[in-house]
Amino acid sequence: MNQMFRKARVLLVTYYALMLEYRAELFFWTLSGSMSLIMMGIWMEAASSGRFGLTPIDFVRYFIAVFTVRQLTIVWVIWNFEEEVVQGRLSPQLLQPIDPVWRHVAQHLSERVARGPFLLAVLGLFFALYPQGFWLPSLGNLLLFVIVVILGFIVRFAIQYTSAMLAFWTERASAIEQLWFLLYLFLSGYIAPLEVFPPVVREIALWTPFPYFLHFPAAILMGLPVNVPRGLMTMLGWGMIFYSLNRWLWRRGLKHYSGMGA
Amino acid sequence: MQSIVAQDLSKVYPVAVKESGLQGTWRHFWQRTYRDVKAVQNVSFDIAAGEVVGFLGANGAGKTTTLKMLAGLIHPSSGQVRVAGHVPFRRQAAFLRKITLVMGQKQQLLWDLPAMDSLRINAAVYNIPEREFRLRLGELTQMLTLEGKLTQPVRKLSLGERMKAELLAALLHRPQVLFLDEPTLGLDVNAQASVRDFLREYNQRYQATVLLTSHYMADITALCRRVLLIHAGQLVYDGSLDGLLERFAPYREVKVDFAQEYPQELLSNYGEIEAVTGQMVSFLVRREKLTKTVTRLLTELDVADLTVTDPPIEQVVGQVFQTGVVS
Repeated sequence: MNQMFRKARVLLVTYYALMLEYRAELFFWTLSGSMSLIMMGIWMEAASSGRFGLTPIDFVRYFIAVFTVRQLTIVWVIWNFEEEVVQGRLSPQLLQPIDPVWRHVAQHLSERVARGPFLLAVLGLFFALYPQGFWLPSLGNLLLFVIVVILGFIVRFAIQYTSAMLAFWTERASAIEQLWFLLYLFLSGYIAPLEVFPPVVREIALWTPFPYFLHFPAAILMGLPVNVPRGLMTMLGWGMIFYSLNRWLWRRGLKHYSGMGA
Repeated sequence: MQSIVAQDLSKVYPVAVKESGLQGTWRHFWQRTYRDVKAVQNVSFDIAAGEVVGFLGANGAGKTTTLKMLAGLIHPSSGQVRVAGHVPFRRQAAFLRKITLVMGQKQQLLWDLPAMDSLRINAAVYNIPEREFRLRLGELTQMLTLEGKLTQPVRKLSLGERMKAELLAALLHRPQVLFLDEPTLGLDVNAQASVRDFLREYNQRYQATVLLTSHYMADITALCRRVLLIHAGQLVYDGSLDGLLERFAPYREVKVDFAQEYPQELLSNYGEIEAVTGQMVSFLVRREKLTKTVTRLLTELDVADLTVTDPPIEQVVGQVFQTGVVS
């Protein structure tokens, strides 16, 4: 157990140091996620002249919450993994007595810590410029939000890492991520909250994993009504499906990788 | 005790075949065709614990594939292999703790951080206690003359320093078996020599088994008494370095500086004449006739100076690579 904690600590501290080497990039990465702030402007304008069931101030809070959730759950493992497979850099990692996934996990978690101050600065600046958008969520909602964000990150990571396994068979596994991103864009609540979807589309979306990456945690944070047990169960279900698929593809992929010359 | 046992080891790869031109590209897009490449064929050898063995062969001869099979990265198509008592491709943690594979062209150190950070990861991954880590680090840093270098970002190190830092990272867990694929690739003469000295010392200190490939014959002559020679996937020689010369270069070169000029007809009685420059004559003499021929030259002719040399080992190995002489 002690050894496990030591490994986790050393990996996190080292990758945190690595992330801090990219401090300028971190700033730009944070800003590059500001598409939701643009959507906020569009929806505020639309809400002032139409009826969507949400007020302009609701839209402000929703999209700032979406911006925050996206910053906390961003995953890029497919690009790193694809590069490692194509360039053969996976091989040295396979010779160490630790699953290579833990390096990716550590990299993502430590990036989150390194990105934190930038995120807080952007949020601070936003609420300083637009104080009427500020709100304090209840303690219960905040705790639930933290759990859902962590779970959302795990499921998103599991899904993308599963797609990354295709790198064992195809040289550009990230192509599938681009297709996936299209669905994510529409069904996650990234460009519009699920509340404005037609009921049928919303019901379909709620069976997919996408709304739980953005809409579900954002709605919890701002206190919109959501079916929490259903959300948690759907997330766990998708997480388990992709975890099993991932391990199966990992074993088959490794066989193929070694068959092609590692 | 045998550290490495390989029996009838073979590896066949499917390789995609594509014709050039637009038509070939279209055909390749719709229907991929593959052909089998026999990278390694029925290779068998044993290596005892503590032995340092050189693995020679031209590019594409099958050296790296064999090393990867021994390290557990590649599943053999057929044959048996055991390394340090384990079946490598199962890649059990106990096996991975006993071996290391250093590939001169691949790096494991994190490029943008000092090597020390990557070393700390390795110490944790291999469960090396902190105190033991410091001891080993001090020892290896001294052996590799890397003092003061481990706190600089890896990208700022010279190629030689980086390679030495890679070696340090690969040996921190004190593996019993070392697979080294071109560990001196691209290094200057001094850096090559220092890596060589280190490997020799490491082998002596820890009785580690080493299987080493290198295109620099100086690495092989300095470190290995025994060599394996692989050509087109097949093992063509397994024995001492001297034996390799004996088998593939049965001639020695005898250079004689005569005190006077002799006609070629007379000189040709002493051996095959390789070159004549005034009174300097080079003969190629079979090894078994060397002593007798040199004695005859010294007693029968007026000799001012005489030297006997082996043909350079690069030349011998180069010939074998080209011709693929199979024993």
